Amino acid sequence: MSNDEKIKKVSIVVSKGSLEGIYPALIMANGARMQGIEANLFFTFFGMDAITKKKMANIKVATVGNPAMGIPTLIGAIPGMSYFATRMMKKQMEELDIPPIPEFIEMIDDAGGKIYACLASVDMFKLKKEDFCDQVEKILTVGEFYDLSAGGQIIFT
Amino acid sequence: MEKVIAGYSVDVTEEGYLTNKDQWNKEIAEVIAKELGIDELTEGHWKVIEFLQKDFAETEKLPTIRRVKNVGGIATKELYQLYPEGPLLKATKIAGLSKPVSCV
Repeated sequence: MSNDEKIKKVSIVVSKGSLEGIYPALIMANGARMQGIEANLFFTFFGMDAITKKKMANIKVATVGNPAMGIPTLIGAIPGMSYFATRMMKKQMEELDIPPIPEFIEMIDDAGGKIYACLASVDMFKLKKEDFCDQVEKILTVGEFYDLSAGGQIIFT
Repeated sequence: MEKVIAGYSVDVTEEGYLTNKDQWNKEIAEVIAKELGIDELTEGHWKVIEFLQKDFAETEKLPTIRRVKNVGGIATKELYQLYPEGPLLKATKIAGLSKPVSCV
């Protein structure tokens, strides 16, 4: 692959607030920076939990409505199941040196990745800039998001 | 394949990573750094190189950026300033180690 064909910029939209909804986007954004690719993260809807101070350290795996988990829905609904599944998964990730979400967000910011929240969702959930972690650069409209994504690839997760 | 770097004949991969770390020396590091756009290896650069080599020798694994931060004590921001556009890819190459294969 020649240099001309390399991806130069990615803008990743994070719309889900479960552990498995958030991590792939963070790994991809961080991986982009590791590869010298410009990276923007745009958090919308429940994805915003990953950058909300009060919630970011308590993101859980969805044990209901997640057929790949192999847990029947009714079992997955038992209190503590999500906690248990989350703990198992976090342990696995720690072994691979994948950081907890707050540390990951900090690392991506330190790596030069840019972090944004979606204005429509911020208004809908009645949030303020202060509710987000310090790494959030700005609250953006969809139009502004498209502007800053110009010339790059957009990935929706 | 074989390549002459700084007057030394060394074995490298197609991408230019040394395959035998015993062939590495500081002059080779400086030449590879220049090829990667780093004109001078400062004390900060050497600190990263030395940590990578030491950690690899101890664990037989290349450290992640997180490990460079938490164990090596080198802030991620600083790492990206020293080795812009792919810090671990560049630093491992300069340190005479293999190309990192981790996703994080």
